[in-house]
Amino acid sequence: MTNDSLISIHDLKVYFRSNSEHARAVDGVSFEVRREETICLVGESGCGKTVSALSILGLIPTPPGEIAGGQILFADQNLLELNEADMQKIRGNHIAMVFQEPLTSLNPVFTIGDQIGEAISIHKKLEAEAVRENCIQLLTDVGISSPAQRLKDYPHQLSGGQRQRVMIAMALACDPDLIIADEPTTALDVTVQAQILQLFRSIQKIRSMSVLYITHDLGVVANIADRVYVMYAGIITEHGNTAQIFHDARHPYTQGLLASLPSRSKRGTRLHSIPGAVPNPAHKPGGCPFHPRCPYAIPTCSKEYPQMCDYGQGHLARCPVLFEGGG
Amino acid sequence: MESVRRQNHIILGVQSLKKYFSIRRGFFQRVAGWVKAVDGVSFEIEQGKTLGLVGESGCGKTTVARLILKLLEPDEGKIIFQGSDISEFTEKDMKPHRKEIQIVFQDPFGSLNPRMTIGLSIEEGLRILGIKSGRSRKERLEKLLKMVGMSPDSADRYPHEFSGGQRQRICIARALSVDPSLVICDEPISALDVSIQAQIINLLKDLQDRLGLSYLFISHDLNVVGYLCNTIYVMYKGQIMESAPAEELFENPCHPYTMSLLSAILDPEPGKRQKMKLLEPDLSDSLITSAGCNFQGRCPIEEPRCRKEEISFEKVGEKHIVRCWKVAEK
Amino acid sequence: MMNIEEKTFNQDFQFQVPLAPKQTRLQAFWFLFKQNRLAIVGLFIFILFFCSALIGLFLTSGPEPIFDPAMIRLQEKLRPPLAKPNLDSLRPEEVPTLDFYLMGTDDLGRDVFARMLQGAWVSLTVGFVAVGIAVLIGIFMGGIAGYFGQYHIKIDHILLTFILVSGAGLVAVKLIHFGALLLLLGLGHILYSILTKKRSREKAVSSWSAFLSKNAVSVDTLIMRIVDIMLCFPSFFLILTVVALLPASIYNIMIVIGLTSWMGTTRFVRAEFLSLREQDFVAAVKALGVSNFRIIFRHMMPNAVAPVLVSATIGIATAILTEAGLSFLGFGVPPPHATWGNILSDGKRFIFDAPWLTFIPGIAILIVVLSFNLFGEGLRDTLNPRLRERH
Repeated sequence: MTNDSLISIHDLKVYFRSNSEHARAVDGVSFEVRREETICLVGESGCGKTVSALSILGLIPTPPGEIAGGQILFADQNLLELNEADMQKIRGNHIAMVFQEPLTSLNPVFTIGDQIGEAISIHKKLEAEAVRENCIQLLTDVGISSPAQRLKDYPHQLSGGQRQRVMIAMALACDPDLIIADEPTTALDVTVQAQILQLFRSIQKIRSMSVLYITHDLGVVANIADRVYVMYAGIITEHGNTAQIFHDARHPYTQGLLASLPSRSKRGTRLHSIPGAVPNPAHKPGGCPFHPRCPYAIPTCSKEYPQMCDYGQGHLARCPVLFEGGG
Repeated sequence: MESVRRQNHIILGVQSLKKYFSIRRGFFQRVAGWVKAVDGVSFEIEQGKTLGLVGESGCGKTTVARLILKLLEPDEGKIIFQGSDISEFTEKDMKPHRKEIQIVFQDPFGSLNPRMTIGLSIEEGLRILGIKSGRSRKERLEKLLKMVGMSPDSADRYPHEFSGGQRQRICIARALSVDPSLVICDEPISALDVSIQAQIINLLKDLQDRLGLSYLFISHDLNVVGYLCNTIYVMYKGQIMESAPAEELFENPCHPYTMSLLSAILDPEPGKRQKMKLLEPDLSDSLITSAGCNFQGRCPIEEPRCRKEEISFEKVGEKHIVRCWKVAEK
Repeated sequence: MMNIEEKTFNQDFQFQVPLAPKQTRLQAFWFLFKQNRLAIVGLFIFILFFCSALIGLFLTSGPEPIFDPAMIRLQEKLRPPLAKPNLDSLRPEEVPTLDFYLMGTDDLGRDVFARMLQGAWVSLTVGFVAVGIAVLIGIFMGGIAGYFGQYHIKIDHILLTFILVSGAGLVAVKLIHFGALLLLLGLGHILYSILTKKRSREKAVSSWSAFLSKNAVSVDTLIMRIVDIMLCFPSFFLILTVVALLPASIYNIMIVIGLTSWMGTTRFVRAEFLSLREQDFVAAVKALGVSNFRIIFRHMMPNAVAPVLVSATIGIATAILTEAGLSFLGFGVPPPHATWGNILSDGKRFIFDAPWLTFIPGIAILIVVLSFNLFGEGLRDTLNPRLRERH
């Protein structure tokens, strides 16, 4: 779209095949990440947000996975067409990833220093001493106290929040243009979560990189995102900047999600809830996948795949019924 | 029903409950230290009300639940349930009381027997109630399933055929099968999808209105607790740090830990990006406590006195107590 | 009023999510299992072996069996497979039922096919009974170690057991007076402790009774150390020793093999129980007030049998091999009863003149044991929850 676009995904389709089941995990998803911004992919389990992120890095296991179509454009090349060796250069150097589970993403038999050092020396040729200094600098950047001593620690000696900081330090090791963070705070305590979010905000500003943040927690989204893509059952249902999504949601799913959040101010009233359950990717309803749970559904919803409707200023929602009804 | 609730009848009272776990080290397995999982916890639950127990992982809230259920034996303290102290009860004494307290767990995948149809799982409770005849059991089973919003013909299916939210409904039905008066909800919604959480919260509320249940609601999510609970107890490292009626706790938090928890709430309001006073990361061995206040090392208003003396509760208002001596000075 | 409530109640769930078409566990199991071709072959041979052993039992037993494995025809010895009998030299009742020797004859002119049929039944029963015994002991010991493992045995329990056992032992070796005295002492102590059980809560602490009520060893440690000790013996030689002491009979062999091969099952069941007892569903039924007995057998056992089933299948193969080995060495089922092991053993003297006498039972053992192992491994792959999809 604009030339400050860092990475753009066009009509990505990722399918999973297993014993006779055919799951369209990601079914025509398009989004872009611009330079120096934080965007959020929000959605519930099985909506395809993690699969979208993993396919950017070429980490979809094939089989059972299969990239059935689309483009991922990064620096004028389609990442889906790169071979493994070229992809290796992209990973870490340009795009890095932080996972949900900080305990299992660190190797328990190596020290923190070894692991960050390795991340650095894969992509840069440096002396051992320089690597060490680099490590200490990184750990300081992510807010770990007395980093020189921490380098000799093993992952089990750190708390969950510290491990996640180490993961972020590893992701930062080669100064990537984009960090993909897949639910990095879900396994953490609330106070630690707030710290990690603050860390993401500050490193994004200082290093002027882009962050693609994947989460299911709308509270996190409100706190970190510049722009938001809401996903449901493998498609993007709504896109807008944070204020548009939270104050002026146009898709019934987004509206339902926001209304169903419990909070102290809703005490005594009944929570709004979206009926039904999240669809299994292998048995998705036809037409608009949200129609069985949608209060505004009309008969055409079960037949026609909904088009994106433009509300102006980049605010898009995939619900023609509300668009025509509300003008 | 209304009048029963007005009486402020205490259904469960816990008095200075303690459970320590030993850490054994070395060849001879000598006791090297104690983890004070629950260290003098007291609270009371009124009939038909919801008590919220809030704290971060490892603070001992699940241990409290297991102690009340008598899945663990307390080291000290009393658990007074409907007038009798069940903490001293043997397994045999406990038998007639067991069904009065039930639990709903966090993980909807691990809390149903994978090799049993859900009908059989729920009927296990009806058997305990002494409903012998197959037909009346079937009727009760259908009624229970309808009550939690499941169709009766799901009874002969296995747990793996259901989604997380449905399983949680089934777990609630199983807990209700024995007609309990107190249900312990141990993070019942934190493993569920966002759009499903509201369903389960509504269900819990409806059941409380209809059956007059009391809840002990354990959670780390202050949004949920603030919405659902009448009284909130904030727990940290095995101790209650602050307790107050829900409104009061949110309006006037007094303990620094409560304040930091409240400031960590992420409001779904993009304008209001929270600017919290960040807690110092907890570097000390988080389980073994030393003398003085348990919150030492992370507390922003700490003074030398906090590391020496045992800190006791200060009364701030009616039903509002805080384990921090600095509150009294203000 | 109630109506409105009823309505709001089900509002959340007015859209029933269509459940996947109903599939029983067995169907799901078969769907996965049949993708493992080797395991299917194993299952097929397993069924074939089972049927032929059963049919063989009927055909070779009774006063006038259809195939007589004991019929000696010295004039027809060492005939090769498929050979026609020399009808002139045979009395009418000596003519083989098929009119030819399907698998030849041995050095006494006995029909090898009939003997193989008879042996199949022996192998089958030895395999199943021995493993049955082993699995029963294993599940029992493993279940106790896993579920009640943290209970401690006190010193007085050990003393009491020692007194009772030695008393019984003395009676058994005809020292009746002394043995009876010990037995009476032990029983008296049990009676006394039952009578004074109520008061024992008030602590009357003399140093002696404090010593007696000291925790000596946990049930788990005790059972697992017994397992370790049993595993120290080279089991084949243990069996050889026991069989040499006992009268040779097929039942003794089954029992001895069973008694020396329960350790693996114990370990499996214990490990399963240790992880199962921490699961929430066990805590939930415990909170419902379900009895320990019911929790163990109704709730935990069905979840623990999968690995037991696998090890049992492979265990049957081992038991068949052990029996064949014993018979080969001459410690097995006494002749004239045929087993695959002693057909093999008898045939080894004629390995160059009549190779079928060694090859036929040898290949039969190989195929049956292999098929059991393949089937067992297929079973393990199928029952392994990690290979199954989690919805």
